Amino acid sequence: MRWYRLQRAYEGYFFLAPNITGFLLFTAIPVIASFALSFFRWDLLTPPVYIGTQQFKELLFNDPQFRRVAFNTFYFTFGTVPARVVLSLLLAVALNQALRGITIYRVIYFMPVVTSLVAAALVFQWIFNGNFGILNSLLWSLGEWLHIPIHPPDWLNSTRWAMPAVMVLNLWKNVGFTMIIYLAGLQAIPQELYEAAEVDGAGGWAKFRYITLPMLSPTTFFVVIMSLIWAFQVFEEPYIMTKGGPAFATTTLVQYIYLNAFRWSRMGKAAAAAWLLFAVIFVFTWLQVRYQRLWVHYEADQ
Amino acid sequence: MALKRLSLHVLLLAGSILMLVPFAWMLSTSLKEPGDVFVYPPQWIPQPARWENYQETVTVMPFGRFYLNSVIQAVSVTVLQLLTASLAAFAFARLRFRGRDLLFLLYLGTMMIPFPVTLIPNFVIVHYLGWVDTFRALILPPAFSAFSTFLLRQYFLSIPVELDDAARVDGASSFRIWWQIIMPLSGPALATLAIFTFLGQWNSFLWPLVVTNSEKMRTLPVGLATFQGQYSIQWHLLMAGSVIAVLPILVIYLVGQKWFVRGITLTGMGGR
Repeated sequence: MRWYRLQRAYEGYFFLAPNITGFLLFTAIPVIASFALSFFRWDLLTPPVYIGTQQFKELLFNDPQFRRVAFNTFYFTFGTVPARVVLSLLLAVALNQALRGITIYRVIYFMPVVTSLVAAALVFQWIFNGNFGILNSLLWSLGEWLHIPIHPPDWLNSTRWAMPAVMVLNLWKNVGFTMIIYLAGLQAIPQELYEAAEVDGAGGWAKFRYITLPMLSPTTFFVVIMSLIWAFQVFEEPYIMTKGGPAFATTTLVQYIYLNAFRWSRMGKAAAAAWLLFAVIFVFTWLQVRYQRLWVHYEADQ
Repeated sequence: MALKRLSLHVLLLAGSILMLVPFAWMLSTSLKEPGDVFVYPPQWIPQPARWENYQETVTVMPFGRFYLNSVIQAVSVTVLQLLTASLAAFAFARLRFRGRDLLFLLYLGTMMIPFPVTLIPNFVIVHYLGWVDTFRALILPPAFSAFSTFLLRQYFLSIPVELDDAARVDGASSFRIWWQIIMPLSGPALATLAIFTFLGQWNSFLWPLVVTNSEKMRTLPVGLATFQGQYSIQWHLLMAGSVIAVLPILVIYLVGQKWFVRGITLTGMGGR
């Protein structure tokens, strides 16, 4: 009996053991280590040197490269997230209709989500090729057809147009994912609400504005938070498509962290930059949670 | 109404074409003569289709090896993650022990921390363990997920606890309850988690990029990126490589698409 009770008391730890060992080694300890590391200068070969908050100060006030990549990351995030949310919402509403062939559309729009991002980035690099890419060929043909000379940019070699091209890849890849989340949200809206509104003579727009949007707001809340978190961490799209160029025009924060750690052997500075990234993500998530009452309607409140 | 339906179809069709063009262009380029890649106006249907491009691609780059590495990595991580996460989730959902809620809070707390924060210490750990360029480095660090544990715990909580109690009265051990009651009843959650963990690992890039450096340890995405570095303007070969990388997962998706979609709607999200 005593052995049995002892077993019951410690059982939880047995079940937890495999997971928590890995969790401590590869998540919990690294979080603490990374924080500590951000106060040291370390090239992985010579012993680390404690330098206090110097690297944070350097990044924030005295590093034009960091300023550039932070700007790029914000530009990318606020260029893609609103478009992603709006596009996927519209798609979901369209795909929620009783139409023939709806499953096929759904399958097609979700295809990019399962596609390897590296392969997708390679194709988009080829599509946006300035001289032989399919996009510029199309624009030239359009120009000939309309008898207007169109001079499309050399997308990926232009400091101005490279980032929008990267954003297009990101949207193509991810809109299908967000769309499915919205579809789930749409299907949870009780049909009676629409019927009641129709009795009151509400049109399509009124139903969308006063039923669909408010009822979907918890989904939108989730979608916006997750999209922001992911967008701030963008890495592969520019890494493959533009290598971060031209002239740092598409280098993002995570790529800057990667470069510092694995190209320039500045482990501490990379860790400090990673914590600044976390701080940004935290602040934006916190703001969303803090101000959700202003626009998110939960059923319990109504 | 008919007009509205028609215009909706037109819009959805146009969107579908935009979604499909990159795939078509990838396939088309992969079958072109090197000389036909750079012509204006571009040809959509290569004449004749040059299948030798695929042969050349797998000759200059060991795509077979990349495949094998990716399969080993993705399958191992998925199995380990499901196993360890379901055990831990069972403990959090069903067992009582000291420090349980505090530990769970610790798990939750780390879920918000972005991957780049732990990337560097993880690399240092792997470096000091001498695991760089081994399967251990590819498999073990991503095999323990707080997110999966959290997801399964929530699911386990929705299973009536009376089932456990009945089994306990009959003398079943906790381990048996986990394996014979909770796990079989969690099929949809486990399947979803398996699909998205596999997909996330199959396409994962940054971690394999950092911990592998020899060609024979590269996974498919990293191998493809290396390939790009070496054959940067040989578009016919790069696109053949991309088709090779994308095709199997697309086939799996097209066959089991119901599961993918159901998975997201069930859990509200998937891995990335």
